[in-house]
Amino acid sequence: MVLNPTALVEIRKVSLSFVAVQALQEIDLSINQGDIHALVGENGAGKSTLGKVISGIERPDEGDLLINGEVRHYTHPRDALRDGITTITQEIALLNNQSVLHNVLLGQEICRAGVLQRGQMLAEFERLVELTGFSLDPDERVGRLHMADQRKVEVLQAVARDSRLIIMDEPTAMLADDETQVFLDIVRNLQRSGHTIIYISHFLEEVLELADVVTVMRNGRIVRTAPTAEETTHSLVEAMLGRSMLEMYPPRQAPAQDAAVVFEVRGLAAPGLGSVDLQLRAGEITGLAGLVGSGRSRLARTLFGALERDAGEILVHGEAVQLNSTSDAIQAGVFMLPESRKEQGLLLKQNIRSNLSLPHMHSVVGRGGVIRRARESDRIGQLLKILNVVPPEPRLIVNRLSGGNQQKVLFGKWLFEQPTVFIVDEPTRGIDIGARRAIYELVVELATQGVAILLISSEIEEIMGLAHRSLVMRLGSIVAEFEAGEDGKLDEQAIMQAAFGAETMQRATTGGEAP
Amino acid sequence: MTQQTSAVRERSARTISAFLLDYGIIIAVFLLYIVLSLQTDAFFSIRNQLNILDQAHQIGLIAVAATVVIIAGGFDLSTGAIFAMSGVIAAMVARDLGAHEEFATAAPWLGWTAGLIAGTLLGLLNGVLVTFFRINTFVATLSSGIVFRGFALLITEAEMVRVSDSAFRELARGNILDVRHTVFIWLGFALALSFMLFRTRFGRYVFAAGDNPEAARLSGINVNLVRTITFGISGLAAGMAGVLSASKFLKAQNDSGQGLELISIAAVVIGGTSIMGGEGAVWRTVLGVMLLRLIENGFNLMNVEPFYQDIFQGLIILLAVALDALRHRRS
Repeated sequence: MVLNPTALVEIRKVSLSFVAVQALQEIDLSINQGDIHALVGENGAGKSTLGKVISGIERPDEGDLLINGEVRHYTHPRDALRDGITTITQEIALLNNQSVLHNVLLGQEICRAGVLQRGQMLAEFERLVELTGFSLDPDERVGRLHMADQRKVEVLQAVARDSRLIIMDEPTAMLADDETQVFLDIVRNLQRSGHTIIYISHFLEEVLELADVVTVMRNGRIVRTAPTAEETTHSLVEAMLGRSMLEMYPPRQAPAQDAAVVFEVRGLAAPGLGSVDLQLRAGEITGLAGLVGSGRSRLARTLFGALERDAGEILVHGEAVQLNSTSDAIQAGVFMLPESRKEQGLLLKQNIRSNLSLPHMHSVVGRGGVIRRARESDRIGQLLKILNVVPPEPRLIVNRLSGGNQQKVLFGKWLFEQPTVFIVDEPTRGIDIGARRAIYELVVELATQGVAILLISSEIEEIMGLAHRSLVMRLGSIVAEFEAGEDGKLDEQAIMQAAFGAETMQRATTGGEAP
Repeated sequence: MTQQTSAVRERSARTISAFLLDYGIIIAVFLLYIVLSLQTDAFFSIRNQLNILDQAHQIGLIAVAATVVIIAGGFDLSTGAIFAMSGVIAAMVARDLGAHEEFATAAPWLGWTAGLIAGTLLGLLNGVLVTFFRINTFVATLSSGIVFRGFALLITEAEMVRVSDSAFRELARGNILDVRHTVFIWLGFALALSFMLFRTRFGRYVFAAGDNPEAARLSGINVNLVRTITFGISGLAAGMAGVLSASKFLKAQNDSGQGLELISIAAVVIGGTSIMGGEGAVWRTVLGVMLLRLIENGFNLMNVEPFYQDIFQGLIILLAVALDALRHRRS
């Protein structure tokens, strides 16, 4: 192969296998100086592994890695760091209790005789800020920033380390829509200031909008590398799956005209929420759109009895109920899938079985709270089949599952019994296409069985693709309601406008809102 | 693929070292048995074995209950004080009621019961401090322990409480088929707690509370209630140990049981229950207790100077904590 003169990174016949799996097979790839080069593929396609080879975390079994035309054999990430290669991962990795300044210059502190030189460090910080065009308070504690700003800190950290190449692995997976827009601008700025970026992402629209070149991977091989101008979401998904794109969203059935209102909220008031009225009908999927910080999750948690409320009436099947705790809500048939899998959802040290039956122990115990194991095993077996969790091993600790399978387990916790109302808060955050599709099917199936579903999502496509009707929240109140038109579709433009509100449009797109 | 493949690779590399990390306690106790059996003739006799079990009952009771507290994400540093308080109350009730003729026969039973109730109530009080007032469990039980011991001092006026009725001794000194009641009580308690942890709804809730309290709450679990009950169990266990001690010696003192809380927690850790919460098992703690007892017994039989025992025990605790940290770094 002829050496590409503009290539910053050149990968030649790189293979890497783990014990049972060939993770990378004879990969040839060159990354040009100054490009935003995207890597896309399903979970397990090998894109993250390839990123790790370049950043020195994984060592290839065969093949060569060339940086600026020179062969490199990294044995440790700090070797790559010396060549100006840094990584930003999905999970934000910062010292939460330290200031922005100390995080940005972590490991690059300017000292004299071991004493930090604050003045010089601030000057360096200012230089970095100018280079990237961010505005951040150097003395703010990182834990108090919202996620988009924490991402900025990570980027500044990378720039401070003289990075030429920044590998970003799912950097927007944890961000809301508006924060993502902010982040994409950050990446463009970085490119303008001469950085090369490898951008690994599940979000194809994002990739098409941002990247110059995209490489599609499948099963450890490269399918193709092409300028993004030549690709569409459709063509990328086809290449990733290796077959024609199935319709991402399963067909939904409109609820019956006379479907009963099974859940009603009247005059709900709670800290951070305005007066909320809400009606959900059996078999209907109601979207709840809004910006991060608009109060969607707060409303969900309040309805589920997890947060206190000041006033308001909640009716299930037309009867007033007191939902003062989560167990009250579960008993009344109101279930909630929380937005954060790891913090609020799963018991990571426990097995699949314990996680699945946790909210419904009353239905598997006999006298004295003793677990009836046969009954529990039967139910868990059925659930694993419905959920298609891989591997379907009830005694496996959930920590060992992939993100998509963890999300299926989290979803399955609430399938143990049939709910009346199911509030799903960001049901597909950070998971791959296959698992997404599986979750969508479950949501639609539940609705078909007559469950009223309240779907909270930061991805407007998800609401467009699943919901029969959509509510929009802004500043703690429901500000608009949209029914699907005659073609069965919701008006995306109208929903977005309501979510931003005309006057805050500008602020939200540039700065985001405090959560 | 990263997650799956690294899991696969990890698994093969893990097998041996992970096995040692997870089951090291079994191997350690087993090896100690072999070494001690070879070293001294007296060790392997039934008499000595029963002795070891009997001597283990105080730490054993408190440590198996501490396992439950730790799995639920807490610590109980007040068990030594509850031990003293319960013993004192049991002895006082037995002594004072024994002086009245109409209560004379029931007095030992009433004394034992009063001690157990006192222990349980003090434990529940700890639970309320920790959950309702949201005080860190270390600090809450450290200070409540000081208060409890202060009350023990106050009600005894620093005097030894003596019970004259030798029937009071039956609980700790009695035996069935030459096996002391104490052995049945602590091993039975361990079995009961083990059953509770792995076969009941409450057990699942204990693991959930320690693993991820927020996820547990959002699954409809009253985490505060679960935690409070675990402290009640711990108080009950310390109460049992205190009552048994009072029964054994026919007397109780306000300053007894000092350091019991720490050695019990050490036994839990040596067994391999994680101090991070959400993981662990009662059988581990039983083995941890036995390990500590075997070392002491063996050293005694071999006439080793006692301060070597302390050094050796301390090092073993350190090793156990280091292994726990290692295990967490891996996962």
